[in-house]
Amino acid sequence: MGAIINVDRVSQEFGGRVIFQDVSFSIDEGEVFVILGGSGCGKSTLLKQMIGLRPPTSGQISVCGFDVVTQTEAVRRQIGVMFQSGALFGSMNLLDNVALALAVFTDLPPSARNEIAQMKLAMVGLADAAFRLPAEISGGMAKRAAIARALALDPPVLFLDEPSAGLDPITSAGLDRLILELRDTLGATFVVVTHELQSILAISDRCVMLDRAAQGMIALGQPRDLQAHSDVKMVQAFFNRESL
Amino acid sequence: MTQAAALHVEDDMLALSGDLVAKNVGAIWQNSVAAAKRLGAAPLVIDIAACGIIDTAGATLLLTMERSHGGPMSLRGADEQFSALLTQLRAVASAPLTRAQERLAVAEAAAAAKPPGIYENLKIRIGFFGETILALTVLATKLRFLRGADFARIADNAGFKALPLVVMLGFLIGMILAFQSAIPMQQFGADLYVADLVALSLFRELGPLLVAVILAGRTGSAFAAELGTMRVNEEIDALTTMGIDPETMLVLPRVAAAVLVMPALVVTMDVAGLVGMGIVLMVFGFPPSAIIAQITYSCGPSDFLLGLFKGMVFAAAVAMIGCRAGLTAGNGPRAVGEAATSAVVGGIVATVLLDGLFAVLFYRLGL
Repeated sequence: MGAIINVDRVSQEFGGRVIFQDVSFSIDEGEVFVILGGSGCGKSTLLKQMIGLRPPTSGQISVCGFDVVTQTEAVRRQIGVMFQSGALFGSMNLLDNVALALAVFTDLPPSARNEIAQMKLAMVGLADAAFRLPAEISGGMAKRAAIARALALDPPVLFLDEPSAGLDPITSAGLDRLILELRDTLGATFVVVTHELQSILAISDRCVMLDRAAQGMIALGQPRDLQAHSDVKMVQAFFNRESL
Repeated sequence: MTQAAALHVEDDMLALSGDLVAKNVGAIWQNSVAAAKRLGAAPLVIDIAACGIIDTAGATLLLTMERSHGGPMSLRGADEQFSALLTQLRAVASAPLTRAQERLAVAEAAAAAKPPGIYENLKIRIGFFGETILALTVLATKLRFLRGADFARIADNAGFKALPLVVMLGFLIGMILAFQSAIPMQQFGADLYVADLVALSLFRELGPLLVAVILAGRTGSAFAAELGTMRVNEEIDALTTMGIDPETMLVLPRVAAAVLVMPALVVTMDVAGLVGMGIVLMVFGFPPSAIIAQITYSCGPSDFLLGLFKGMVFAAAVAMIGCRAGLTAGNGPRAVGEAATSAVVGGIVATVLLDGLFAVLFYRLGL
């Protein structure tokens, strides 16, 4: 399978301060790719660049062949995004949250929209919660609902920002299973930002590790390989939970 | 670009073609479901060999057709990957809710989100005021919870920043009252008594009442929004778990700031109103000395001081209602808006009720 996302020598600076520079990698179709690293290394910033919310200071990113800076609209039709907090619309129930994109971007009749939205909620295990408001569900359910909303239009690429953050290990493991199931069922590509080691080992085919001190990427590869063979001190410390 | 989806009805089966994706299936959805239903007892056979991409929307259409038909469907031309997707979706899909079930689910969700009833609401309000008074009684032991900078910021927002609005409204109200009264009173040659009417109204009633309404709209709602956001962000819970009671740290400084700035606002409103009235009377030909003499003759210090006292009580009520609305806000972004609305409505209603009580009380006391 070919590359669906290309990140080419991307840098980000804020007010002259370099967050990361010369980050390059590509992500293959159907892959679960994890962006990892410690707090403040620029993981979420890189994700925002990849979904067209923040233009990189330099470098290029393409998603499904479209440049994220010059062809942002085309990129957004190819992606679904789950934000860290879920960012569900508080005034809508879960069904309406998921059906919103279908209402805006398709000419489906309301009954069909609801059928499809109900199906997406069923896929993430929330079939019984369709009429509940975001304020009435738990954090884990909100993340699942946010994934269902991201799936609404069956995008080929899904970006998940810290899906396990703030969740208990059981819920977090359930979410990891869900991501793998969806990848297998839909054949979609997942880009996941996380620093949860258990999740990284459970879901990722490959990962890139960013480091604040190095101002860039310090590792790229399969997590088990990096855990066993990397000679970078920070990578070893991260995967083997050692202090530096 | 995707290929348009199409439905072909043949003798013994239905055939679909094109790309069955969310953007396309809307065009054939209803006809396909109806065609499947029309088959009745005949088996449902669907040929999808001519289909290109099929996503979950397309798979949902096929499952909806199967459900509409009532019997199992037989697919022709499905590849292994799509068959796997269909199996997966069939496993997770529950039967669609009937209209009655849907209504029940909506009602259950509404019941879960239902705000407290009248009795619970009354209990919450009385409990809140009780806790605030209790916090006031033990304030001396908890002075370390108070932050001077916070108090100054709140007083600045509630007082100094409200001054332009108070001056403008006071001036306009004074002018309007004077003008509206002067025309009919002129017919009886009593237009100079407009000064008595406007000054007494401002000192005893309108000054404190209007400032309280401004306070409810500006400051009460701001208190509710600020504390409501803190409630939603679990900051109130954090304070509580740290052993800091929110009434002392958050409510008392706000109530104190509102009560302290109120006299200054009422005086400003009174003066601005008198200036507005004075301008109208001067247009009617009265010299400033005559207007001032008339005001000092008809109004005593007690009228002025009663207005200030009423204003301070109104301010305490408005601030406490604003804080109560914020601290008892629910969850979610809507809760903050609801708390702000509740603070404004509650503040204005309480002000008018208290004003009525004061009217009766002052009458009984001969004030």
